[in-house]
Amino acid sequence: MSGYAYAVAGALLLLGGLGIARSRDLVHSVVCLSVAQSGTFVLLLAVGYQQGAPAPVFGSTTSPNDQVVDPLVQALALTDIVVSGTVTALLLALAIQIGKQHGTVDPDELSALEG
Amino acid sequence: MSRTVRWCVLGVGLAGVAVVLGMAFGSMPDFGIDRHPYRDLAVAASVSHGTANVVSSVNFDQRGLDTLIEETILFGSVVAALALLRPSDEEHLHRPGGGRGPLEGTRAVGYLMLPLTLVVGIDVVLHGQVTPGGGFQGGIVLATGLHLLYVGGRYRSLERLRPIPLFEYTESAGVVVFAAVGLATLAGAGSFLANTLPYGTFGQLVSAGTVPLLNVAVGVAVGSGGVVLLAQFLQQLILVSTDEAERS
Repeated sequence: MSGYAYAVAGALLLLGGLGIARSRDLVHSVVCLSVAQSGTFVLLLAVGYQQGAPAPVFGSTTSPNDQVVDPLVQALALTDIVVSGTVTALLLALAIQIGKQHGTVDPDELSALEG
Repeated sequence: MSRTVRWCVLGVGLAGVAVVLGMAFGSMPDFGIDRHPYRDLAVAASVSHGTANVVSSVNFDQRGLDTLIEETILFGSVVAALALLRPSDEEHLHRPGGGRGPLEGTRAVGYLMLPLTLVVGIDVVLHGQVTPGGGFQGGIVLATGLHLLYVGGRYRSLERLRPIPLFEYTESAGVVVFAAVGLATLAGAGSFLANTLPYGTFGQLVSAGTVPLLNVAVGVAVGSGGVVLLAQFLQQLILVSTDEAERS
């Protein structure tokens, strides 16, 4: 059971990569990139997990103590999600422009270099 | 490159990555153990700075410079998407026709949820130092909450409610305020983004020094950035038409 989360993270990364390579549509590739990136979220959170420990937010239910899950990787996951979201938006904008310029979003039909 | 060759290259590459990942995961510490050296340091630093939410402390206090860079990445990609999605010379904007609009129920839920979502968004931004949340999460809630108007079929009210030029300015202002806080602390305390304000009472709304300030700056930047981004995509969907499309 211990390696389960790491296996999921690796599988997401590989499946996302497979999807990008097999993609016949640029929007589909962008979504696959998001899937691959979710692998990194799972990996980060798995690294910081501690069995039975609460979230690293102290209040009336949790007094400040050391037995919480790792906040550092959670902060990294937050950064990761923000960057992932903005990159996805940028790539979708590129896909829209490519669709307008070339009339297709199939990567296989976009082989010719221009300009 | 033919399809078969490409699959072979892909298969070899993915298998290689899988093997390397497997080796790396094999030598990692066990899942769920209680030894987290970074956790121990981060929790101690956060508590000593009066921040109840350790994740916020890490993001806005202990590694504030990284968050400034992250915010700049966000800003940069919003600007880039804005440049890419501008209507070109052959395209022009047209007003959408009347149409049937959504169901009455959808419209009612949209109206009901809009003020509620905006309040929740502001709450999430302001309480980033004491509860799970902060500028990034709350900003996204605010930006998407505003678009309940669109779900409710009121694209024109949405346009009136969010003048895009204004939101472009507020987005930049969020980034500038973050950097200005950094420079002010550099002048005052000698290090960039040092938490120099009074720490307040642990667990209270006014606590954690500069963290709430930076949270609000990020919330404004992320909220405005999200609004600007979504506006560009909606404009592509609803308003932009080419001459060809109109002729046919």
